[in-house]
Amino acid sequence: MENGDNEARDPSGFLTAIIGAPVTVKLNSGVVYKGELQSVDGYMNIALEQTKEYVDGRLHHTFGDAFIRGNNVMYISADS
Amino acid sequence: MSSPEGDAPSRPDEPLDLVRLCLDEIVFVKLRGDRQLSGRLHAYDSHCNLVLGDVTETIFVVDEEDDDDEVKAITRSHSEMLFVRGDSVVLISPKPQG
Repeated sequence: MENGDNEARDPSGFLTAIIGAPVTVKLNSGVVYKGELQSVDGYMNIALEQTKEYVDGRLHHTFGDAFIRGNNVMYISADS
Repeated sequence: MSSPEGDAPSRPDEPLDLVRLCLDEIVFVKLRGDRQLSGRLHAYDSHCNLVLGDVTETIFVVDEEDDDDEVKAITRSHSEMLFVRGDSVVLISPKPQG
């Protein structure tokens, strides 16, 4: 497969490309975190800034900074 | 800084740096099973094994039979020193100092 000009063929390339952007992170438990993506590592550990925690769609908690352990992550989505 | 290269390019920002900045500070830790801890972070490693001091553990008991997921009871307990195995950790956040 030719990658051509598309740099986002590697999933981790997508993650590094959206660093600094507002993201939505959903955990396997269903809890959702929204915040600015500070960093990600190979375990999919995540650091977020200005984090809002949503449980059942309701705002539950806010954190200035938050570290999320990668094994709990279901998906990371870049908010548009 | 003694490095002539300026900012070290070999070690960029990684999520665990946030935990390192929390050392000797009060942290909030969310665990699996509707539990949370609050205490001073003495040590951590890459598995998120943690050593916390002066810890308050809060357990939220949810009534499974109830259709709304309302919290039925809250249990709190205190420990002087606690070793937390990393695999139960969900989230770590610095606690704003009051």
